[in-house]
Amino acid sequence: MDIDFITQILFAAIKTGTPLLLIALGEVVCEKSGVLNLGQEGMMLMGAVVGFLAAYSTGSAGLGIFGAIFMGATMSLIFAFLVLHLNTNQVATGLALTIFGTGLSAFIGSGVVGETIQGFQPIIIPLLSDIPVIGKIFFTHDLLVYISILLAIAIAYVTNKTRIGLILKAVGENPNAANAIGINVLKVRYLAVLFGGAMAGLSGAYMSLVYTPMWIENMTSGRGWIALALVVFASWRVGNIVLGAYLFGLASIMHLVLQGMGWSISSNLLSMLPYVATVIVMVIIGADHFKEKLLAPRSLGKPFNPRQMA
Amino acid sequence: MNHLNNSSNHAQQGRQSQNPQRLSLINITKEYPGCIANDKITMSLAAGEIHALLGENGAGKSTLVKSIYGVVAPDQGDIFWDGRKVIIKSPSVARDLGIGMVFQHFSLFETLTVSENIELCLSKKQLTSIPDLSDKIRQLSRQYGLDIDPDRHVHSLSIGERQRVEIMRCLVQSVKLLILDEPTSVLTPQEVTNLFTVLRQLAAEGCSILFISHKLHEVTELCHHATILRGGKVIATCEPKNETSASIAKMMVGELAEQTAGYAKKQGTDTVFSVNNLSLSPLQPFGTTLKQINFQLQAGEILGIAGVAGNGQDELMSVLSGEDNRSKAETICLENQNIGRFSAGKRRKMGLAYVPEERLGRGAVPEMSLTENTLLTHSEGFVQQGLVQWKKLKDYTSQLITQYSVKCHGERSEAQSLSGGNLQKFIMGREIGQAPKVLICAHPTWGVDVGAALSIHQALLTLRDQGAAILLVSEDIDELFLLADRMAAVCDGYLSPVVQTDNTNINEIGQWMAGTFIDEEQSTMIDTSSTSPTPSQHSKKETQA
Amino acid sequence: MKALPFKLIPTLEARIEPSLIMKISSPILAIFLTLIVGSILFSLLGKDPLHAMQVLLVAPLSDAYNINEMLVKMGPLLLCAVGLAICYRANLWNIGAEGQLLIGALGGSAVALQFVDSSAWFALPLTLIAGVLSGMLWAAIPTLLKLKFNSNLILTTIMFNYIALSLLNWGVHGPLKDPDGYGFPESAMFSEATTLPLLFSEGRAHLGVLFALVLALMTAFLLSKSHLGFQIKVFGSDEAAAKYAGFSSTKLTWIVMLFAGALAGLAGIAEVAGPIGQLVPGISPGYGYSAIIIAYLGRLNPIGTILATLFMAVLYMGGDLAQIELGIPTAVIGMFQGVLLFFLLACDFFINYRLNFNKSNAAYAQ
Repeated sequence: MDIDFITQILFAAIKTGTPLLLIALGEVVCEKSGVLNLGQEGMMLMGAVVGFLAAYSTGSAGLGIFGAIFMGATMSLIFAFLVLHLNTNQVATGLALTIFGTGLSAFIGSGVVGETIQGFQPIIIPLLSDIPVIGKIFFTHDLLVYISILLAIAIAYVTNKTRIGLILKAVGENPNAANAIGINVLKVRYLAVLFGGAMAGLSGAYMSLVYTPMWIENMTSGRGWIALALVVFASWRVGNIVLGAYLFGLASIMHLVLQGMGWSISSNLLSMLPYVATVIVMVIIGADHFKEKLLAPRSLGKPFNPRQMA
Repeated sequence: MNHLNNSSNHAQQGRQSQNPQRLSLINITKEYPGCIANDKITMSLAAGEIHALLGENGAGKSTLVKSIYGVVAPDQGDIFWDGRKVIIKSPSVARDLGIGMVFQHFSLFETLTVSENIELCLSKKQLTSIPDLSDKIRQLSRQYGLDIDPDRHVHSLSIGERQRVEIMRCLVQSVKLLILDEPTSVLTPQEVTNLFTVLRQLAAEGCSILFISHKLHEVTELCHHATILRGGKVIATCEPKNETSASIAKMMVGELAEQTAGYAKKQGTDTVFSVNNLSLSPLQPFGTTLKQINFQLQAGEILGIAGVAGNGQDELMSVLSGEDNRSKAETICLENQNIGRFSAGKRRKMGLAYVPEERLGRGAVPEMSLTENTLLTHSEGFVQQGLVQWKKLKDYTSQLITQYSVKCHGERSEAQSLSGGNLQKFIMGREIGQAPKVLICAHPTWGVDVGAALSIHQALLTLRDQGAAILLVSEDIDELFLLADRMAAVCDGYLSPVVQTDNTNINEIGQWMAGTFIDEEQSTMIDTSSTSPTPSQHSKKETQA
Repeated sequence: MKALPFKLIPTLEARIEPSLIMKISSPILAIFLTLIVGSILFSLLGKDPLHAMQVLLVAPLSDAYNINEMLVKMGPLLLCAVGLAICYRANLWNIGAEGQLLIGALGGSAVALQFVDSSAWFALPLTLIAGVLSGMLWAAIPTLLKLKFNSNLILTTIMFNYIALSLLNWGVHGPLKDPDGYGFPESAMFSEATTLPLLFSEGRAHLGVLFALVLALMTAFLLSKSHLGFQIKVFGSDEAAAKYAGFSSTKLTWIVMLFAGALAGLAGIAEVAGPIGQLVPGISPGYGYSAIIIAYLGRLNPIGTILATLFMAVLYMGGDLAQIELGIPTAVIGMFQGVLLFFLLACDFFINYRLNFNKSNAAYAQ
């Protein structure tokens, strides 16, 4: 294995990890407010198809991104209304969102399967990209990769250092107490869910506009679910999410690595690697259940019913 | 002595008063499906006044203060603040007016620090007016003798300390009205004294205080005025210092007021249940570690365990009942059999019944019928070849309902449709119906009205007299003195020595609740090692047979 | 000035006791609302909504062939849904019916393909047992991980669905590929001895459908009459109470998960040993996921599940017909299922709440 090969692999790991990073960043904010949205896969698929359709019909990838974000947020709004206003079960509602999004995306995208568009071009950052090895791995990506990292920094700052972050944490830990001291729990949760949806949409757009600039049914192949595992794995910490996303990215392209090293294993078997990796990760996190309980937002997945306060 | 007030007359007083009250409520009404929680309630509070709001559970106290604090919107009626009509839509509106509230179950965030908890309560404007919040907390802490460290995480604080944080929240905002919902129910008697000192100091500075309680001696000691609610209505007002506990009790519960002179104490016979050197780490984050617990429970006695919530009672209960069966087999003994590893079901078959603290969501499944809830713990005789004999079970349940006068629509009623007291009577009846050798009973009359509490007490005493051993855990120290034949206290996972109730007093138990026995206990543990279940040094206090 | 005797905007209020009528009628209301949304969608696409509904809902029941095909779809849907209904009753979020179905098919096929040239009487039972055991195994792994390592059941079962699909693809491309199949990713056709007998002289409805119905009825009986069924119900609705009562959560989790795995495995092997007749990559058009919706629509009750399966099978069949007759992609069915579950969840809200149009409460009027 030469250095060029490793460079290529790490470059690809970041590229493959970026959609996971985007969606997990949205989900972590959502979960910090105490809402578990299992509809990630559905929102991501809708983001992907709408992003692609918008870009395909207007010729502008930027409009595609915008459309995808809007779509993701709209999808999450359905979820938010059911879960926050009608107090439906978060798990069941999330599943419904995924099933709905999977079906609807396949339905509205059926006309453009196989079409291609001009995706995003890489932006080579001057000077930084000239650093040997590192420059190639980190500074020759497309715009969204850079944006995802900036977003990660921004989210880390807001959740850890600001009053908004404190309120988010308070609502996620004990919504009844937050309500009692005058925090508008529903508003905070709505905003958090919407942000999660927007990020899922953006992540979907990354798939259909950048990663493989085309639309195929179910093209996210479980990334929304993997992101959910990633958030737990990262103990709800943004720094860990960045690292974890790139690790998962690496796991997803392991088949390339193995083939590059001259192994010949059925590609069907290799394609299960990211899922197997996810299961292993979940076993590792679950084994330290006490720690997980300590770190998870206390009210995660539990409904908050202001009507029952009385 | 006519305490009854004409409400319309009172209303006019409120409106036309020359010297406006800090807070006036006029005809506040709130109705829930099936019950009127507040029925035209009129009352008022002056600046610097400590006002008691008295009433039984279900009298409408909580609903009323939630209306004042903006958590509940009243259906009708007006609220006047400093003579001005206000609509308090949400807690944040209340906060802006200068109303602060200390909840019975605190509204604190365990994973945050004290100062973060306080910061969350402040508006941006308030926050900018305070240059350094931590300094401000330290300064107020000194001023009122509250002893709060702003940098500690709330999960590491005791219940008493947490209450002080809640009070500090209100102090930082310099509230003009402080509402306290049953603040003393979670404190040791000594902590209560300290709280009263703080409240008197605040009132002297002009802060109005609305003090909710059902402990009458506290009200007579502390409050200037009292408003008494019954069935959602203002039934009387009085000046507590001119009254006795008995006279106020009569206003609270009406004709039901029978002050029990106390029940006869009994001596137990043989030891049926014992706990030997039980130490266990908690299952839950922020739980309490149980430390070297020893006691013996005898047939025909009630052993009471006092303590402030969160000192290991929950952990102890689940270890004794078998919900948590991680402890060593020999640490728990039922009729000479080591049962530490046995599951709850197996222990129950051996004659160990358990009435847990949470009635709904543990003692009974909320959305299941009473018949199904009978089957929850009482399957003996109702299951044949794996199939449930529903007919027989229904008949038995109906019989339980009659026997324990459980008010409900019948055996089909869902557990959640029953009032707390009636559900407790049902659960108690179900557990007693299994003729247990040992009954473990946690907070049996918590949140229960006087009538139900009386019949629950009676049921416990009857069971004792039939020869069962009863372990009674309660935060209500008065109840323990009333029922228990022997007593002990828990603090920080340690159990104090066990004494005859007749040989102790509220002061000693109060000090034990605060942990004064712990050093002594630990040292004896080292002396006697783990072989002896009861440290001999305590024999002067132990007067067992 | 006289005000209206009722409010224009109703207020929401909690019911004193949950409404039994809403509990039963909520699924019907949800179906009705879904159909309205569907009609609007078809109108927007320029199709006649009435005609579309006729194709979607009536045509599948219009002739013997269609009814037969509908029954064929009912088999796997019902088996998976009954298993999931019990899981959800026990509050175990098993999303893995799809994977358990695929592995059931794969495992069963591995046995069936040993009997391609045989007519042994035991070939079919052996094949079915292999399918059932494979499904159970696939459910057992996430169960074990949950009990031993506290791993999240939803995510592990989903992951095992993806892994199962990879394994199935590997099977049909590799070891189980028909050597005489011209390179197509398919196994050899099963022999008569490993094929489920047909129910009627015409059509493809097979013994597996009957299995499904009988199993659903048996499950219904056990759930309502047995102590085990009661324990499952308690365990699901209130874990603290189950613990208090002393029910073993480990035991219940194993029973429920293995049962669901067995049913899904049977669904898988019955598909390949029934209407399909060989192992192919596209065994299931998402039966395992649709079963989630069915379980909910059937109120997690096996009898309700039978009715809900009937509706869903009609919808599946209608989707196929709509593609042929109206040129609407079958993916529309997936979307309908999502909408249906949304509406169902929303309608369930009114089990515990109601809208009040009365001007004031009756108590005041007196």
